[in-house]
Amino acid sequence: MTTKQFMIVNRKAPYGTIYGWEALEVVLIAAAFEQDVSMAFLDDGVYQLKKGHQTKGIEIKAFEKTFGALEDYDVTKIYVDQESLTERGLTADDLTIAVEVLSRAEIGKRMEEQDIVLSF
Amino acid sequence: MKFAILVSEGPYTHQATDTAFLFAQAVLAKGHEIFRVFFYHDGVYNATRLTTPPQDDRNIVKRWTKLAEENNLDMVVCVAAAQRRGIVDDGEMKRNGKDATNLAEPFRISGLGQLIEAGIQADRLVVFGD
Amino acid sequence: MLHIINKSPYDRPALDSVLKTGEGAILLIEDGVYAAVKGGAVEAKIKTALGKFKIYALTPDIDARGIADRVIDGVTQVDYAGFVDLVAENKTSQSWL
Repeated sequence: MTTKQFMIVNRKAPYGTIYGWEALEVVLIAAAFEQDVSMAFLDDGVYQLKKGHQTKGIEIKAFEKTFGALEDYDVTKIYVDQESLTERGLTADDLTIAVEVLSRAEIGKRMEEQDIVLSF
Repeated sequence: MKFAILVSEGPYTHQATDTAFLFAQAVLAKGHEIFRVFFYHDGVYNATRLTTPPQDDRNIVKRWTKLAEENNLDMVVCVAAAQRRGIVDDGEMKRNGKDATNLAEPFRISGLGQLIEAGIQADRLVVFGD
Repeated sequence: MLHIINKSPYDRPALDSVLKTGEGAILLIEDGVYAAVKGGAVEAKIKTALGKFKIYALTPDIDARGIADRVIDGVTQVDYAGFVDLVAENKTSQSWL
């Protein structure tokens, strides 16, 4: 099968809308199709990766476990925008999985290299 | 050139589906091909045949149907998103023990893999959402 | 690369986000076209961006919003056919939803 570079871009916070969750489903399927998948978290998207989600009270399934499964699917290119973290008072230590923290410009460059950018 | 289109919003609330439709029309008018239109998130609501807008408003569902029939378009509704939102075809009705179907022709319900396949097969994939 | 923006710059940070991230072409559609309006607080930003990006705006969306007479000079208007051409010309497009 042809392999293409897919980047899934997340710019929305979790729970307020379903986009983050359904984006993750796309990532897992793309990985199952053995595509070259990466994820980029920008703007409020970085909140999806924040540690310690306790979603019982809002009765919506938490993301955290699924992020942990990404490695099993060989999805290891997970880019997070440094500036978006800083703006929100977060650091890489606040995130639930290991990520590559990059500058905006660096993320922009990787975006340019993609065949397909799916944004949610 | 082969295009694929992803529609991530439902009709009427967001302009996204209008833009996607007009874009799709323009793609075909320019002599390009549309490999697939994939409906995800609330985009699955574009596929309910029960939509009944006022007579002086556009019928977004019928408009997709007409475009698809005239151009032999493959219009795919994501099964997981459809199940969450109650978009049902015959197979889904039987599988999930429902008492009705509401999927418009010629939409079909299938897996998310169809979106990835569209990305692989098409030269361009454009996302319309909010 | 083509960056497609459908959000008003007065409501959401999509335009700012694109300006910080990329280069190439920007296409303003839907509420994104409000970024192309003269005399607003965003005008200076667009004028600066024109040095780095080619900026397009979708004419039907401009017309629909009653702002056809105040589009910033340097912003190129396109119709849906032009939108298709922009997507075809750029290897990758991203919709900044």
